[in-house]
Amino acid sequence: MTRRWLQTTRKMMLTPLLLLAALPAGAEELLVYTALEDDEIPGYMELFKKSHAGIDVKIVRDSTGIITAKLLAEKDNPQADVVWGTAATSLMLFDQAGMIEPYAPKGLDKVRPFMRDGNTVPHWVGIKAWETGFCVNTVEMEAKKLPVPKSYADLINPVYKGHLVMPNPASSGTGYLTVSAILQLMGEEKGWAYLDKLHDNMSSYTHSGSKPCKMAGAGETEIGISFAYRGFMQKKKGEPVVTVFPSEGSGWDVEANALIKKAKVKESAKTFLDWAISAEVMSAYAKVYPVTAYATGVAIPEGYPAEPEKQLIKNDFSWAAANRARILDEWSKRYDGKSEAKK
Amino acid sequence: MNTSDTSLAVEKVGKKYGTFAALSDVSFSARRGEFLSILGPSGCGKTTLLRLIAGLESHSEGRVIIDGRDVSGSPVSKRNVGIVFQSYALFPNLSARNNIAYGLKSRGASREEIVARVDELLDLVGMRGMGRKYPAQLSGGQQQRVALARSLAVSPGLLLLDEPLSALDAKVRLLLRGEIRQLQKRLGITTVMVTHDQEEALTMADRILVIEKGRLVQDGTPHDIYDRPATPFVASFIGAMNFIPDAVKVHDGVYGLGGHHVQVGMENGSAALPPGSRVTIAIRPEDVLIGRELGSANIVPTTVSAMEYRGAQFRLSLVVHSGERSGLRLDADVAAEKVRRLQIRPEMDLPVHLPFNRLRVYGAGEAHA
Amino acid sequence: MPEGGLATEAATASARARVDDGFWARVDGERWIKRLLIVALCLWLGVVLVLPVLQLLVKSLADDQGGFVGLTHYVKYFNSPNLFVSLRNSLVVAVLTTLLSVGLGFGYAYALARTTIFGRGLLKGVAMMPLFAPTLLNGIALIYLFGRKGLVTTGLFGLLPGVDIGVYGPVGIVIAETLYAFPQAVLILVIALKMTDARLYEAAQSLGASPLRIFFTVTLPGVRFGLMSAVFVCFILSFTDFGAPKVVGGNYSVLATDIYKQVIGQQNFSMGAVVSVVLLIPALLAFIADRLVQRRQVASFAARSVPLIPRPNPRRDVFFAFYCWLVGGAIVIFYLTALFASLVKVWPYQLELGLWHYHFSGTGGGGYSAFFNSLRMSAYSALWGTAITFLAAYLIEKTRQLHGLRQLAYFLSLAPLALPGMVIGLAYIFFFNARGWEIAGVFVANPFNWLYSTMAILVLCNIVHFFSVSFLTATTALKQMDREFETVSASMGVPFTKTFVRVTVPVCLPAILEIGMYYFVNSMATVSAVIFLYSADLPLASVAVANMDDAGDTAYACAMSMLIVAANILVRLMYGASTAGIRRRSQAWLTR
Repeated sequence: MTRRWLQTTRKMMLTPLLLLAALPAGAEELLVYTALEDDEIPGYMELFKKSHAGIDVKIVRDSTGIITAKLLAEKDNPQADVVWGTAATSLMLFDQAGMIEPYAPKGLDKVRPFMRDGNTVPHWVGIKAWETGFCVNTVEMEAKKLPVPKSYADLINPVYKGHLVMPNPASSGTGYLTVSAILQLMGEEKGWAYLDKLHDNMSSYTHSGSKPCKMAGAGETEIGISFAYRGFMQKKKGEPVVTVFPSEGSGWDVEANALIKKAKVKESAKTFLDWAISAEVMSAYAKVYPVTAYATGVAIPEGYPAEPEKQLIKNDFSWAAANRARILDEWSKRYDGKSEAKK
Repeated sequence: MNTSDTSLAVEKVGKKYGTFAALSDVSFSARRGEFLSILGPSGCGKTTLLRLIAGLESHSEGRVIIDGRDVSGSPVSKRNVGIVFQSYALFPNLSARNNIAYGLKSRGASREEIVARVDELLDLVGMRGMGRKYPAQLSGGQQQRVALARSLAVSPGLLLLDEPLSALDAKVRLLLRGEIRQLQKRLGITTVMVTHDQEEALTMADRILVIEKGRLVQDGTPHDIYDRPATPFVASFIGAMNFIPDAVKVHDGVYGLGGHHVQVGMENGSAALPPGSRVTIAIRPEDVLIGRELGSANIVPTTVSAMEYRGAQFRLSLVVHSGERSGLRLDADVAAEKVRRLQIRPEMDLPVHLPFNRLRVYGAGEAHA
Repeated sequence: MPEGGLATEAATASARARVDDGFWARVDGERWIKRLLIVALCLWLGVVLVLPVLQLLVKSLADDQGGFVGLTHYVKYFNSPNLFVSLRNSLVVAVLTTLLSVGLGFGYAYALARTTIFGRGLLKGVAMMPLFAPTLLNGIALIYLFGRKGLVTTGLFGLLPGVDIGVYGPVGIVIAETLYAFPQAVLILVIALKMTDARLYEAAQSLGASPLRIFFTVTLPGVRFGLMSAVFVCFILSFTDFGAPKVVGGNYSVLATDIYKQVIGQQNFSMGAVVSVVLLIPALLAFIADRLVQRRQVASFAARSVPLIPRPNPRRDVFFAFYCWLVGGAIVIFYLTALFASLVKVWPYQLELGLWHYHFSGTGGGGYSAFFNSLRMSAYSALWGTAITFLAAYLIEKTRQLHGLRQLAYFLSLAPLALPGMVIGLAYIFFFNARGWEIAGVFVANPFNWLYSTMAILVLCNIVHFFSVSFLTATTALKQMDREFETVSASMGVPFTKTFVRVTVPVCLPAILEIGMYYFVNSMATVSAVIFLYSADLPLASVAVANMDDAGDTAYACAMSMLIVAANILVRLMYGASTAGIRRRSQAWLTR
């Protein structure tokens, strides 16, 4: 009795706050979490609205790290209906946590095998691949008479000492993708030896994957190891940045979609997932990303290698996921501890 | 005392804070319309007593009865008392009028009633025409009047004053003493005032309660308290008093004092003590008489050791001539005119007369602190 | 009653009618209402503060599946060398920041409180500027000034010889944190310096003490409590801040960014909770030390102090004017740089000016809807926060019931001072989104779950985050009121609620407005606490700043920050105008 009374008082205290709470939930409101870039989303959503006027989509967009953290934090009581365009490695984490409802969207048969989960009814389905690259500030390079690097091997040349910035793999997915790509390309032993030398050249590590590219764009560094899309976007804005794809190959990840397991899975969620790999939106993805879930016939966007698939290294996602903690520990041990010795 | 005539009765009230007894076993009562003053040094528990009567603190033992109703345990709001605090606690954002009207508004009185009542109260405290002013624009004395009017507004059965004049300067204090007393008499309201100022208590109160260390040590009229202080503490707290220790009772009414014998009125002495007991004899400085015309009994030879000029009178420091021991001292207050007339000077021998009915005797056990 | 008259009789009759015998005469309704309110306050603090922090503690003892693993995570964290590096770095940053901000702040506050230099009002406003902006902006502006391509580094794009101070790393963090902590130090020290008793100075001067000796024997001892408070506040702020290290920290890891790495970089909540707990400990120690020191202050207050009114002293005043305009100028330059950067097309390559970045198209974060959401959230936080804070302070300060609970509530009200925003945010996400808890084998559903991803939780989070300072402001104001107001009212049979509305609130109105402004300004600027909590419908301006900066849209981030700063300055001006209005209107009763 007392407890109920206490609860009632508590509720009474909070009731006024209830009045501030957001709008009441509509009938066909769909909550989509995505890590797609901010500048991409409006274009895609216009397409969706044209064909699905009845569905009210709410988008939560944030960086991969935050979206992943948010979904995992909400694990016991998921808010999102759909995850759209978020790193497959993150989706694997959700899958491990039992948060994903398998679903085979319409048109699944067209999707290339490496762009989807191996289960018959897939737990996640990719839409496109994003890859790492270097953002190079041409103005600053010229001023300092530095050659534009072409490969990972070039980066450890002592002339670049103090001119490199990369994301900290402990903070950023892009950072981890870069490190795991290097370790997979060179093998662990050689890979770490390479990273040691790279560290000697590094001026600073950032907490975000796009930041190195942004720093390069603003002249805060000459070369930023980041992801390719960022470099192209900044160039569009007028920054003197070229994007370099290292000749050894790029680390990459699939941006994929998944259905979140909830007490009541909305029909509109499935509709959205069907649409998200439909030909019309796939062509839109292809305008900025060369590698999509299936071929669209759209020309490869400017600045990418002619055979975009070949640029992607053989990325063993399960190896990368399984060894993540160990690699980050090792990385922290080697480079975090002596961080301020460097400048 | 007729119970229907009793406005306030406090019965065996005690208050403990942890193990410290702030008040113990205090009992007294007040007739309707009586002005009581609770007097004592700071920290003696007098304010605690007032707060217990008001219901601002709960007492640990005993009962408080107001107008025949046992209000022990009732909150202040249900005791029908008016309180004036030392700080006045006037609401700074409300005008004098609104301060006075404050309690009336929540009693459902009509607007006209309130206006009439506030005017009446402003007149009563001599503040006509000052109602629009804010407390900060009023002098200390005026604030005091407003506070008084405010506490009277709700027609309390009992008025409680907590050191009401202590924040005022001397002149205003004298003026207000008289005014408050007059007002109280006119309204016939039972009043309890806490003060540490003996003069205030003596001039204003019908009865004085002296509190020492949480205990009620004397309850009497100002005359009783002054002329027949029950203990050396009371005697020294109110007015000045000469204490002559180590006197010895010879027999009832006669005491030995440094080789002299003095007679003491029977009602002033400790009749219960056996002869030979050690006692303290006390006399007020103004009761020490000089001049030969006063007869031969209770004459003590002394020498003037110092003289302190006090305007209308002198205080003389006298050393008693004594066969057994020296150093027995007495103070005497003598009118300036008499000092001049008798040409009293330091080092002069001066016999003094100790009137037998002005001497007090206290048993050695009661020796004052 | 000969003088009574009719009115008196009527009033007496009604008074008598109220005072009736029987049971109800003994029941003190007010006492029960107050008790109930105190209990409610404690419950509220329990739900919004204690339980979420407990949930965080529990999380640090559990694995990702929720199984209890004891201190495993702690052992792991304590065994990694990173902890000690980060801990040491955090301490270095906090100590340096504290020395700098309190040192600079003392001189500045001294000038404001003890000299007659020109433009003190403006200087005070300038010193408060950093309160109005998200801390991220400090970092961003710092890079525009001292980064490789910064104005200072390049000497205004080559016009002057440049200096590279190596801003990425501890240098940058300390500068940004100093900027962040400076206004707090100034606020505390101005009050302390103003409260000193003039008679002490007169005494010292009459004894022939030199100005230097007076400074060390009178001035410093006089402000020692304020000084310690400033030290503790600056220490806690810089120790727990995450905005500046994230932007300019480079790879100089501190505890706050370690949380970020664990939670955002690796989605390892348990470790994030562990680092949060580790971060809490020094902050909590500083907090407790401060409380112990402040407790002794009560006795040292002189009731009849004579306020010190500064007199002109040309040599001293010129020195302090120079000093203040230098420091104030530096602050202004920071924000002017950010303003400039928000107007430049492509820094540093295309220096055309325009409003390009105020459209917020093609960038994330929600643009103007985020800005308006922030305004709404801040307004609600100001409204509810002020109401709750003032009521809490009133209940704790002005009631006499339930002493133990009030003590507890007092402690809890000050505790948020030691809670970093990020820790609050994480604790909230864990607590409010939990579906329920297994307590002794029984599943208890979470009655607060509905709050999750609403405006209400953002508002609650802000209220808790900024509770302590507001609470202290309210308490100070209430302490200055006569203790007997409540008793007088009670003796007249006026309910305490009426006195609260008619007297307490009007008299404390300046403090209430100040609290409202404080909530508003901070809610507009805060990032760390709300970054985990905001939902799809409710993007926020300050979070947008973080996201845009993250995505490389620094100019947009600057533009949004400028909107935030502008809104805050506007609110500050409104506050100034309204308090001036109140002061004029109530001059009669405020001139005491």
